[in-house]
Amino acid sequence: MEKKRIFSFSAFPYRQKITVDGFYFGDFGEKTVAVMGSTRGDEYQQMLTASLLVKRLKKLEAEGAIPAGIGILVIPTASQFSMNVGKRFFPVDNTDINRMFPGYDKGETTQRLADGLFKALKDYKYGIHLASFYLHGNFVSHVRAMNTGYQDNSLAADFGFPYCIIRKPQPIDTTTLNYNWQVFETTAFSVYSGYTNMVDMEAAAGTVDAILHFMVKRGCLRPTEGLPEEPAEKTVILPDSALTKIITNDAGLFFPQVELGEKVKAGQVIGKILDPFTAEEVEQIRASCDGTIFFICTDIAISQHTAAFGIIGNS
Amino acid sequence: MNIKDVVRIKLPIGEELAIQKNRIVGNAPGSKRICIITGTHGDELEGQYVAWSLARALRARLDDLHGIVDIYPSLNPLGISTIERGLPGFDLDMNRIFPGSNEFSANEYVAGKIVEDVSGADLAIDIHASNIFLREIPQIRINEKTADTLVPMAMNLNMDFIWIHSAATVLESTLAWSLNSTGTPCLVVEMGVGMRISKEYGDRLTTGIMTTMAKMGMLDGPVMPVFPPIISTDGHVDYINANQSGIFMPETAHGSIVEKGQVVGVVADPLTGHVREKLVSPLSGLLFTLREYPVVYSGSLIARGLGGA
Repeated sequence: MEKKRIFSFSAFPYRQKITVDGFYFGDFGEKTVAVMGSTRGDEYQQMLTASLLVKRLKKLEAEGAIPAGIGILVIPTASQFSMNVGKRFFPVDNTDINRMFPGYDKGETTQRLADGLFKALKDYKYGIHLASFYLHGNFVSHVRAMNTGYQDNSLAADFGFPYCIIRKPQPIDTTTLNYNWQVFETTAFSVYSGYTNMVDMEAAAGTVDAILHFMVKRGCLRPTEGLPEEPAEKTVILPDSALTKIITNDAGLFFPQVELGEKVKAGQVIGKILDPFTAEEVEQIRASCDGTIFFICTDIAISQHTAAFGIIGNS
Repeated sequence: MNIKDVVRIKLPIGEELAIQKNRIVGNAPGSKRICIITGTHGDELEGQYVAWSLARALRARLDDLHGIVDIYPSLNPLGISTIERGLPGFDLDMNRIFPGSNEFSANEYVAGKIVEDVSGADLAIDIHASNIFLREIPQIRINEKTADTLVPMAMNLNMDFIWIHSAATVLESTLAWSLNSTGTPCLVVEMGVGMRISKEYGDRLTTGIMTTMAKMGMLDGPVMPVFPPIISTDGHVDYINANQSGIFMPETAHGSIVEKGQVVGVVADPLTGHVREKLVSPLSGLLFTLREYPVVYSGSLIARGLGGA
């Protein structure tokens, strides 16, 4: 393993220099797998996952599990500027580094940050971004790929997650890391390990196992003792349109009645909304189809016309 | 007074979010409709003055008015009321979620209802006020893909400058793009600076809107003369970005003519008393954008100039 400076950012005179480091494993001349941790200041789970991956790869490398001709890069975080002051986005102008790719070295501050990152991350054969979603909520752990026309969806099954969601890119997606990786011919995946703004060691370790499983399947790691077993279930690959959103008709305090991954029946009450002043029930939220709870909104207080749940239907 | 709801939704704790418009109806209301829109970004307030002054001016000339004027003073009422640029509690810039959706968030639902309401107008004018960091001369921004249609419509708005900028896919999620791509012409005005009102700029735009309405056949009687704008295709736009962090101290006035190599300002280090960087103009021309907020980092935009015009 070699720790190398990806770039540094001057925040003088009132903050000290901020550095972004990458951890390189295997053959330093090869660009096989790049893993990006947090790009936002509340992506603690993503940073933890990447740091646990660094720990596992360090051990695996020492055991000789990385074949010759394989080079792996892990960047645990590029968002410490935001993390240290409790902001999700770049604190000065509230811009999002993950909406600035591929970056521009003569552009604005976050464009320059994205450029510095992308110069290190591009040209890898596989790219894995530990991402978070723009809506407040938790997901069943899954992998996402963009339907850019460049990607190979079948490889997503190598993570061993139960689901892979293929997203049709919207205009705003064209400045994300995932999209630009693919434009520059990296096979890219975004991994959603469930949480943001908190840490869950068990979930992070599970995501690390999924990434290592992908690496074994892609020939980037030799099957070695301690590496994850073949998962029992096969990955279901679905377009994002297959996710049925359950939209609120009313507003108030939100109480989900189901857990992520739970099987539900059409018509089943899966949540309720209470009047914030009288605690009277103002809405029973019901599943509109048979399926599996895939997304649950984490807003304690929820507005009307908001996606409270996402269900992957049985069909 | 004809205040109408564009969309109204329930917020979680006993409040409603209402996007409202002031509909001013003249003679022959079915003939033409112009929409004046502002307040997408909660820190941009220049449009507040225009919404207010235009409503007053038109109310005094109702007999001269033909068609309908819809004034939308605030697309993001919660942002304005909380001094927040974006939609409070939401990740995405409101001007990146159009044409909206009924599938995810209340904000995207609201965006969809706004597009639905404005669509079909003969002209929409979306008024922005830069941000808290940069001061802009009164200008109209037009995507190169829509320039042939929109530049002639922008000539009477009494602005200094029309900037025809290159197309970027990410901009296809703006209100203006959503409207223009579905047949409703929409001009984007940028002027002034965030969190402030520049009355002179607001008066000029109000005059320009009324002159434009007169040219569209929506307003009889005399209108004030307007000056034709400079168009960016007459020259080229260049940028000055800071390469050092520190405190920006301008040495040139906004809107002035500068020479190539002239010092526009310095990045100062108050801790040591040193100059960390001298920022010079890369061109001879009009300094149409200038940094207003002093704290800068590597990459912060300092100025934009139009050279060769």
